[in-house]
Amino acid sequence: MRTFDYARAQSPAQAVSSHAASGQPFYLAGGTTLLDLVKLDVMQPDRLVDINHLTLKHIEPLADGRVRIGALVSNTELASHPLIRERYTVLSQAILAGASTQLRNKATTGGNVMQRVRCNYFRDGVSPCNKRQPGSGCAAIGGHNRSVHAVLGTSEHCIATHPSDMCVAMAAIGAQVTVQGPSGVREIAFSDFHMLPGQTPWVEHALQPHELITHVTLDAPLANSRSAYLKLRDRESYQFALASSAVIVVMDGQRITDARIALGGVGTKPWRALEAERALVGQKVDIALFNQVGERAMQGARAYEHNAFKISLGQQVVTRNLRDLTA
Amino acid sequence: MTETRDLNKPEGSPDVEASGVIPSRRNFLKFGVSGIAAATVSTWIPDSVVAAQLTTEVIDDEGAPGAGERRIQLTVNGQLHKLNVPANAILLDVLRDRLQLTGTKKGCDHGQCGACTLLVNGIAINSCLSIAMQHDGDSITTIEGLSQGDDLHPVQEAFWDHDAYQCGYCTSGQIMSAVALLNDPNIGTDDDSVKEAMSGNICRCGAYKNILAAIQSARGKMGGTV
Repeated sequence: MRTFDYARAQSPAQAVSSHAASGQPFYLAGGTTLLDLVKLDVMQPDRLVDINHLTLKHIEPLADGRVRIGALVSNTELASHPLIRERYTVLSQAILAGASTQLRNKATTGGNVMQRVRCNYFRDGVSPCNKRQPGSGCAAIGGHNRSVHAVLGTSEHCIATHPSDMCVAMAAIGAQVTVQGPSGVREIAFSDFHMLPGQTPWVEHALQPHELITHVTLDAPLANSRSAYLKLRDRESYQFALASSAVIVVMDGQRITDARIALGGVGTKPWRALEAERALVGQKVDIALFNQVGERAMQGARAYEHNAFKISLGQQVVTRNLRDLTA
Repeated sequence: MTETRDLNKPEGSPDVEASGVIPSRRNFLKFGVSGIAAATVSTWIPDSVVAAQLTTEVIDDEGAPGAGERRIQLTVNGQLHKLNVPANAILLDVLRDRLQLTGTKKGCDHGQCGACTLLVNGIAINSCLSIAMQHDGDSITTIEGLSQGDDLHPVQEAFWDHDAYQCGYCTSGQIMSAVALLNDPNIGTDDDSVKEAMSGNICRCGAYKNILAAIQSARGKMGGTV
């Protein structure tokens, strides 16, 4: 593994400023993505700034009903926290559906938001990949593009899915990402945080240089809502999603009065399906309706050579989740 | 904040390049011996190990850290080690190559197989995805820290009784994950919950059925409280 400098930050401001003189910032939290990719030489830091000593490890309810999560809260801690299990069931389920026990123990909230794609052509270090080497092309288009390649939000420059389960739940719930940078603190809407690949697939998120995620604040849960995460994959555990859905519904008897739907495994970013939500609200529970909503969620999907099945799988993962949640 | 400098590593040292650790104390003739010697402190409940036991101190490096290095303290199986490591030294490699604790195995080296699982402050992690500097001051329990002399930990004994391995390469990681889950109140006690919690430990011999039986049997022997 390549060598790098190491610095240990005692405060977010110090973390941010310790990068000011050097190049691209590499903050070390859990390290489960970063060190993996440094070993592969896909990420090439000159310096790691270890942020594990920052006091960003709390989950706090806010007076306005929201919940603020420190960036260093581990995936395990977040999923098992009573506030999250009770008020944000979909988030707890999504986190527990991802990775393994050991990885969840170490992976952090901020790090999960920042995790990189699982496309083999990105990871192999040699294939054309516009994320790794801007302008080199995309080997996944026309290559082996089955499991971790998207049908929504793709471009001719990149088709890798965003791999996170946690982020799919956050997309459905709604959240603000608090970041600290050289010029102070700002908030980014979760829906604006991850970028579509478009013409610039190497630009993956809305962070400015040196900015550090300090918190993710979840929107207040919808009153009287129920929620669930459904993940379909090649094996039942420890596998990335082929298609997944985070669904939140509010019911008045048999009528759905409010809904949130987001998808994973099919999009180049955590995919909020606003049109599908609109098709659901005000309607009565009905499997035919859920089928239409599933189709609406996958509207605009474009299949590649090996992943056309994801279009119907994406529809089904929404339909099934709705059916089970409203039963 | 302390900052390390560039390593200025000499050319033509592939071992250093591969592991990030200078294997100066590596001695294959002593394979296993140091692991047994280090296992003077052990526990049935790993996260109490350090608090409950007197730690002995081992100075692994006498001198000041070299260029690009940093002095860290690791309490491993109750024993305090002070050593100098470069920034890119992976925890797994430091334990195996510097402290001669080779019970923790290197499998995929990318957090995918679980062979390198150990406990940091009582929590199971993949030690291949940590740099040692991250764990300055931490308490680490490896497979060598489970038994008390010739008395195996109940999970080790259960693996023996249930033939919960074939080639054995994944076994120490399996056992460390099992110990962690048996002490974790958030993980259910039913077979499905155990299987899910163990899914980060791959066994290519396919001993899963016996591993599950061993864990559930150890649960009973550990007093039914876990």
